[in-house]
Amino acid sequence: MSFLRVRDLTVTFSRPGKPPVRAVDGVSFDVASGQTVGIVGESGSGKSVTSLAVMRLLPARNVRVTGSIMLGDQELLTLPARQMRDVRGRDVAMIFQDPMTSLNPVVTVGRQLVEVIVRHDRKSTTAARHDAIALLDRVGIPDPVRRLREYPHQLSGGMRQRVMIAMAIACRPRLLIADEPTTALDVTIQAQILDLLRDLVEESGSALVMITHDLGVVAGLCEQVHVMYSGRIVESAPAAGLFARPAHPYTDGLLRSIPRIDDDHHGRLHTIRGSVRDVVAWEHGCAFQPRCDHAVDACLGGPPPVLDLSDGPPRQVRCPRPMNQPAPAPGTDRREVSA
Amino acid sequence: MSLLQVRDLKVHFPIKAGNLFTRQHGSVQAVDGVDLDVAAGTTFGLVGESGCGKSTLARAIMRLVEPTAGSVALDGQDLLGLSERRLRPMRRDFQMVFQDPMASLDPRQNVESLLTEPLRAHKIPGGPVEHARRIRELLEVVGLPATALERYPHEFSGGQRQRIGIARALVLSPKLIVADEPVSALDVSVQAQVINLLKELQERFSLTYLVIAHDLAVVRHISDTVAVMYLGSIIEQAPADQLYRSPTHPYTKALMGAVPVPDPAVEVGRNRILLQGDLPSPANPPAGCRFHTRCPWRQASRCAEERPALRTLTGGHQVACHYAEDIAAGRIQPSTTAAPRSTATVSQHEPAELLDSRRSPGGR
Repeated sequence: MSFLRVRDLTVTFSRPGKPPVRAVDGVSFDVASGQTVGIVGESGSGKSVTSLAVMRLLPARNVRVTGSIMLGDQELLTLPARQMRDVRGRDVAMIFQDPMTSLNPVVTVGRQLVEVIVRHDRKSTTAARHDAIALLDRVGIPDPVRRLREYPHQLSGGMRQRVMIAMAIACRPRLLIADEPTTALDVTIQAQILDLLRDLVEESGSALVMITHDLGVVAGLCEQVHVMYSGRIVESAPAAGLFARPAHPYTDGLLRSIPRIDDDHHGRLHTIRGSVRDVVAWEHGCAFQPRCDHAVDACLGGPPPVLDLSDGPPRQVRCPRPMNQPAPAPGTDRREVSA
Repeated sequence: MSLLQVRDLKVHFPIKAGNLFTRQHGSVQAVDGVDLDVAAGTTFGLVGESGCGKSTLARAIMRLVEPTAGSVALDGQDLLGLSERRLRPMRRDFQMVFQDPMASLDPRQNVESLLTEPLRAHKIPGGPVEHARRIRELLEVVGLPATALERYPHEFSGGQRQRIGIARALVLSPKLIVADEPVSALDVSVQAQVINLLKELQERFSLTYLVIAHDLAVVRHISDTVAVMYLGSIIEQAPADQLYRSPTHPYTKALMGAVPVPDPAVEVGRNRILLQGDLPSPANPPAGCRFHTRCPWRQASRCAEERPALRTLTGGHQVACHYAEDIAAGRIQPSTTAAPRSTATVSQHEPAELLDSRRSPGGR
C-alpha cells in the first residue's frame, strides 16, 4: 500500500522576458511504507525540483506546481502553509546535500536539534535535550553532550551530515527524502553515512527517497529506481532488473559509460554523445533522441509512449524500442500505459 | 628513465597566530616526504580523500606553491633550484588541466585568445598566421568545431569547456600534463567522453600524465600505476590492476570497499571495512603510522610509535605498513568489519596474487 502517491507532477518556472521552463514534466511515482526508492538523474534532470515540490519548499514566486502529491489521504499541494509546516519534520523530513548551508551557522547544534523536537513533539526543553543527546548518539556522534554545545563550523563534513540526519529523524517521520546526502563527502565517509541511513530506515520502518546522480549509491540502497531525464521519468524498475537489463537507451548508455572499480578494462569507454543541453521538447518527441544511438524516425513527431514491461514488480519505460528485454510473447503487444 | 622524478618532497604551510614574536604556531604538513617516478608515455594516478595533500603535491610539482624541501626533476632537469625567470621557459614542458574550467578560463577572453595566449607568452615562433593554424588544428584534435574560436567560455557546456582547458594545456606541446580532478565537475554522461579524449591524446602525442582524482574507478581506468595518499604521504603504490585486485594497505582496502559499484548483485555481497571517525588534522598528525588511529588491523606494538616507510613487496607493489604480509596472509584479523549484507560468499584474494604481477610496472 503506497502512502506517497505523486501523480502528474509538473513544475514550471516562469522567467521574465523568456519562455517558461518546465523543470518537472508530468512525473508520477509511488512510495510504499518502508520502501527505499531511488530517483537518479544528471544535473538539470529535475530530480531535486521533484523532491522540493514534495516538501513544498519551492518559492511561490514565478513557480507553478500542478498535479497531485498525496501523503496518506492528505493532498499536500493544496494544504494550507500552516498545516504543511506540521507535516514537514513530523511526517516527511528532508536531508540536503550540503549541511553547511542548511544548518544555521550562528546557532549551536543542540539548540537547532532541540527546536525541532520542541516544535513537533511539544516536549519541555529539558526532555528535548535528553532526546537530542540520544539522537546524536544514535547517528554515531561521539561525545554528544559536548557536541550539542558546538556550532556547525566546529564539526567535520561527515559529522554535520550526521547532525542533519539526527534532525530529520528526530520526530520519527514516515518518509525521509535525502537529496544527494553524500555527494559533498569523501567515499569512506559516504560509506559510513549510507550505512547509517540503511540501518535507520530498517529499524524505524520509514520509507526513504534517495535523490542522487550516483548509480552506485542506488545499487546498494534502493529497491525501486526511477531514472529521470530532462524533467521526465524515462525508466522505472526494481533495482535488480534495472541494473541487469536496462530498458531505456539512456539508462543503458549511462551504465555502460561509467568506469567501474571492479573492472580491469582499460580501453575506450562507451560514450553518450553530446550533452544534456541537446534536447528535444517532450511534446515533439523523445528528449534523449539527439543523443540516442538507437533513435528511429518514430522517436520524433510526438511524445514517446510509456510501455509496461512488468511481469511482476512494476517496470515501465518511456521508449518505443526498449532494450535488453525478452521479446513479448507472440500475439501479445506490450501494454502502452500512456503517451 | 622516468620523465618526472620527485624525491622526498615536503610542503609545510606555517600556521600563524599571535603577535610579531610568537608568530609561527607549527605547520600543516600537507605533503610530507613523497617520492614519485613517472615513466615517459604512461599515466600515474594519485588518489586520496580531501585533505590528503594530493592537490598540494600536484601544485608543488608545477611550482604553483613553493615546496619546503625535496627535489622535482623533469627529464633530468631540476625544477626547484631554478629561479622564476629561468623556470618560465621550462614551463612549456609541463602543463596543467584544472578541475573546473569555468574557474580556470578567463571569462572575458574568447577561445581564440585563450589558446593563442600561451603561444605569445612563450614567444613560440611562427607569428599570427602559424599560431592560427596551430590552434585550428588543436580544436579539431580535442573535438570542437572551428566556430568555437569566436565564442566565450560561458557559451559552452561543461564537457566542451573541459576540452578547451585540455587544448590550452596542449597548445605548447608539453611532455607532462598534470590533471587535477579533470572530470569530477562533469556530468556522468560526459565524463566518459573526456576520459576517452585524454587517452586518445596520450597515444597520439606520447604524453605523460599525472592524474589526481578522488574517483577510484576513473583512476583505475586511465592509469598504469596508482598511488594512494593519506595525510601527506603515499601509503601504497602498485601497477593499477594489481593495486585494485589486491589492495594491501588497510586504508586502501577500506577506501576501495567504500566505493559503491553500480550493480546490486555485487553490492549486497560486499565485505566492506567501515572506517571509524574522520581524517585527523594534518596540522597535528598522529605519531607513528598516520593511519593507526582509524586502522582496524592496528597492533599494540610498533603502529603507534614507528612510522612505516614505503617498502617494496613484489612486482613493483609498494606499501607503507608494518604488518602488510601478516594482513595479506590473514594472520592478523581486523577488529571491526561490517558483515556483508547477504549470505553471498565473498571472494578473498589469496596472498599468492601479490606475486602474480601480470604486467611489468608502468608498461602497457
